[in-house]
Amino acid sequence: MDPIRVVAEKCVGCGLCVKACPYDAIAVADGKTAVVDLSRCTVCGACVEACRRHQAIVITKRAFRGQDVKAYSGIAVFAEHRRGKLASVVPEIVGAALALRGQRPPAGSARPAGVAAVLVGKDVRPLAQELLSYGVDEVWMVDNPSIGDFDENVMAEVVADVVSEKKPEIFLGGGTVVGRSLMPRVAARVLTGLTADCTELAIDPETSVLRQTRPAFGGNIMACILTRDHRPQMATVRHKVMDAAPRVENPTGVVVDMGHIKVPASRIEFLEFVEEKTETVNLTDADVIVSGGRGIKDPKNFALLEDLARVTGAALGASRATVDAGWIPYSHQVGQTGKTVKPKIYIACGISGAIQHLAGMKSSDLIIAVNSDPSAPIFDVAQFGIVGDLFEVVPELIKRLKAG
Amino acid sequence: MKIVVCVKQVPETANVRINPETNTLIREGVQSIVNPFDMYALEEALRVREKQGGTVTALTMGPPQAADVLREAVGLGVDDAVLLSDRAFAGADTLATAYVLAAAIRKIGGVDLVFMGRQAIDGDTGQVGPGVAENLGIPHVTDIRKIERIEDGRLTVERLLEDGIARLRLPLPALLTVTKEINVPRLPSLKGKLAARKKEIPTWKAADLDVKAERLGLDGSPTQVLRIFTPPKPSGGKVFKGTGAETVDALLTELASGGISLRKK
Repeated sequence: MDPIRVVAEKCVGCGLCVKACPYDAIAVADGKTAVVDLSRCTVCGACVEACRRHQAIVITKRAFRGQDVKAYSGIAVFAEHRRGKLASVVPEIVGAALALRGQRPPAGSARPAGVAAVLVGKDVRPLAQELLSYGVDEVWMVDNPSIGDFDENVMAEVVADVVSEKKPEIFLGGGTVVGRSLMPRVAARVLTGLTADCTELAIDPETSVLRQTRPAFGGNIMACILTRDHRPQMATVRHKVMDAAPRVENPTGVVVDMGHIKVPASRIEFLEFVEEKTETVNLTDADVIVSGGRGIKDPKNFALLEDLARVTGAALGASRATVDAGWIPYSHQVGQTGKTVKPKIYIACGISGAIQHLAGMKSSDLIIAVNSDPSAPIFDVAQFGIVGDLFEVVPELIKRLKAG
Repeated sequence: MKIVVCVKQVPETANVRINPETNTLIREGVQSIVNPFDMYALEEALRVREKQGGTVTALTMGPPQAADVLREAVGLGVDDAVLLSDRAFAGADTLATAYVLAAAIRKIGGVDLVFMGRQAIDGDTGQVGPGVAENLGIPHVTDIRKIERIEDGRLTVERLLEDGIARLRLPLPALLTVTKEINVPRLPSLKGKLAARKKEIPTWKAADLDVKAERLGLDGSPTQVLRIFTPPKPSGGKVFKGTGAETVDALLTELASGGISLRKK
């Protein structure tokens, strides 16, 4: 059977689906009924959404059988670490897991859902204690000198074995460079679904399946995705979106040593790590960010923003347009294809606010925008906006802040 | 050196807009393009070939018109191109896509190096590369910003992480995903464009590959889109207009009343 079809009796030929399809795969050729061109269709579901009123488009997926979904319980998170430190995303995904546990339907017949952290690597025992302090029930630990910091290939084998043995219902990782390299490899090993870079997670109250919501098409649309029949339900979680788990005073969780898991030989040789230390680049951890867009007109004018960054103690960010134009290195880019940031204050200068930029900064605590175009979308997300010439406004702001 | 580059045809998302009445994507006028990150993968593959010799094959899975992106790759100078197109592939998520791409790479045979862009701009998942490597049982490294050298069957690469650069060495065969910093992609030559027009591009169907039917397309995809929606539009805040001095004054007053200081602590 075709994966997608139009129910002719329900279709009114309104064409909303035609407009919604990002792949030009649906047409109302005879003026009456929509027809899906299966050679173009990717079954993305945009038309189903557009046709919600008539419900004339149906996606049929054959149910997968062969996995005992009921054998899986609890939530696990991948405890990413590098050079002896947990990644800053880890408390956030622990926070997300604890929140999900709170959403489970009331206990009764169901087994209690624990939250566990999967910790694999070399000399990781101290990190296990730190994980317990975030309130996880268990740390599943494989402490082995053969697991290097930069080898997701070995990590994937070990993590997949841990997950296959422990059978968590949900397995979350950080939407970081390492998380987004490791998790697909694990998913391909255990043959389950993986949703990338989620910004919202919730348990469906009826089915208890994890609802995984994420931006797609450069943040233009949101997609809610389910993994119904496969376990674990895997997702990576966008950095700086979820609230971090607070430290608990008297941790009650336990470390489960899984030293029996076989660790394969590494094929990746680590040579060196060169830290990028420049004050202006460490965007993800900055409390204040001053960011520039095409409105600054010339790469030289980043100097003005650097001045503002200096007086405000900010890191320097940039829009994709300025990075693509070669005005500033990629490491400064904020947005869907750059960094996601959540500073206390984000000052956007000459940034129009393309959706892909907003996707990377809109969860900042306070957004201040300076732009000459009053209709710029950046003003929609800014708590405070100044409509004006940034070459007038920014120097004035610097002057006032310096004046004390 | 036998190199494969996986490419994807995507809608040019920078131009995708939302119809405020129907809350749906406006597709009209949106071009199909080669996923921008894949242009860097193609360029890097061609550069490796120029230094090491060998062949570059461009590979894509998609509808018949996805052959367009393969012609673009031929225009840039790749030697061969293969289109994976079958109704059975429709609706594939990243797991099912990686499965089919890996089967095709196995069929091509003797591949030393696979290149991909770090992510596609329509799905933004970046999951297919590591998935293909897992299916092939070869090592992968993501977010490569530089290939330092290739010698004695080993690659030395620089990988871009959030807080710095890792230099790594790994054996061939391997799969790399690349960032935009790795190179500046070339433009197609006139000769290349002519070659692209004449190039025969074979289409491989499911039956041409060593694959299991239940692992293809929508049925082989554990993830399912429940619904797609437009993110709620934020309402905006206070806007100040006037001269530089007036607006800055208004802003600082407003911030001060909320106990916020912009001055460095």
